[in-house]
Amino acid sequence: MADTIPVVFRPFQWVGAAVLGLLGEAGRLATFITRVKLAALTPWVFFGETLKQCIRIGYFSLPVVGLTAIFTGAALALNIFVGGSRFNAEQFVPNIVVLGITRELGPVLAALMLAGRVSAGIAAEVGTMKVTEQIDALHTLSTSPFQYLYAPRFWAAVLTLPILVLIADIIGVYGGYLVATGTLDFNGNLYIKNTMDYVTGGDVIGGLIKAAVFGGVVALMGCYHGQNCQGGASGVGRAATLAVVSSAVLIFFSNFLMTTLFTRIGL
Amino acid sequence: MTQPLLQMTNVHKAFGPKKILQGLDIDVAPGKSLVIIGGSGTGKSVSLKCALGLMKPDEGEILFDGEKLNKKKAREAMLARTGMLFQGGALFDSLPIWQNVSFKLLGKSGTSKSDAKDHAIETLKKVRLGSEVADLYPAELSGGMQKRVGLARAIATRPDLIFFDEPTTGLDPITADAINDLIVEQVKGLGAASVSITHDMPSARKIGDEIAMLYEGKIIWRGPADTVDDSGNEYVDQFVHGRADGPIQPAM
Repeated sequence: MADTIPVVFRPFQWVGAAVLGLLGEAGRLATFITRVKLAALTPWVFFGETLKQCIRIGYFSLPVVGLTAIFTGAALALNIFVGGSRFNAEQFVPNIVVLGITRELGPVLAALMLAGRVSAGIAAEVGTMKVTEQIDALHTLSTSPFQYLYAPRFWAAVLTLPILVLIADIIGVYGGYLVATGTLDFNGNLYIKNTMDYVTGGDVIGGLIKAAVFGGVVALMGCYHGQNCQGGASGVGRAATLAVVSSAVLIFFSNFLMTTLFTRIGL
Repeated sequence: MTQPLLQMTNVHKAFGPKKILQGLDIDVAPGKSLVIIGGSGTGKSVSLKCALGLMKPDEGEILFDGEKLNKKKAREAMLARTGMLFQGGALFDSLPIWQNVSFKLLGKSGTSKSDAKDHAIETLKKVRLGSEVADLYPAELSGGMQKRVGLARAIATRPDLIFFDEPTTGLDPITADAINDLIVEQVKGLGAASVSITHDMPSARKIGDEIAMLYEGKIIWRGPADTVDDSGNEYVDQFVHGRADGPIQPAM
């Protein structure tokens, strides 16, 4: 009983409650992720729904991911040129742009854009379905929301984000090329040659693996927070915010883990 | 004596310290219609959700057609023979009306899209909606029409048991009466049993063979619908006549 605990021990109680709450949340999230993955691996009943989500998540994210990539590639080229000129290394602009884009910025920035666009959208959609009893209706119609709602979104994000990142890689490098040839007096053919000579298959594949993981994070966070949405409009808004914030944090965290792993295995 | 289609015995459900159901006992025989009345927050929706498996009771037993609903398989078998009309309709707003109505058919049974659409249009006719609404989306319909689509979805697979959650809430009296007529017509037409929860007394009188009053998580009175006005129970009397004075304290 909270009232019977002496004031001096209250901070311990708060810490304990916070730790228990965190562990409980971690347990619920782990259970949710396991159930989504199991549903995603069962024979596919809702192929049409998955295709619809691929278009929604992948195709409709192309403009925002493309614009992010081109501006990032362009800004990266300028920054590398300025930084490189301090020790006469301006000629490495194409090499570092392609490395930065394929290994790090392409997957991370595309995933962050998806966290904003897709994760929030999924959380709001699923959250609205929750508060308007549409998810209960699915149960009563003998349909698991894990198979009908979450697994298609999970697959769509996991499959389409690597494609988006591959396109972002190309556009990002092109952004660097435009700036380098347009304002930094680089020779176009030489820029492309340096880029192609320097980039390896491992750089690109590593980025695509990261993208698949980030796609899973984005979809799972959207579905999880949507499913746990409570209350009305404010609950839906909170679910969308939580989905974006948790997606972004988990993207950075998993990026660090994967980069560490790839560095160790020489990818 | 006929075996009840649905039987809930000594069902308890609490949310933290708040006890909602405290020994709920209800049963409904095949082809019979039971209406549960009660004030806001007395556990009407929770009892329905426990029956449907949307919530797990803390204690008690729920049987469908004599089978305990404690295993996934038994629950799935029950849901296959059950329909539900939600309070707000709960139509899937990303799907056109015909897909909402034929959702169960499209999901599992391998029915072709054109057959499912034909079936949906046929079912919509039963609730007095024309084929022109089939391709519309839920947001394009009025509240009354959405309720009718919800009813069509509930009866589309010819269930043995149909649940109604506040079927007339938010509707004007004329539309509410039309919905009540449709419910009676369709439930009786199918020969199905039904469990409805409502606090709308005209609706309860019209659609129920029997009425039960839920108060503080228990059934405190049950009897034929035509005896509800002279039940001899002061709680029922207060509720039926909508008086603020009496043993039930207003939920404020």
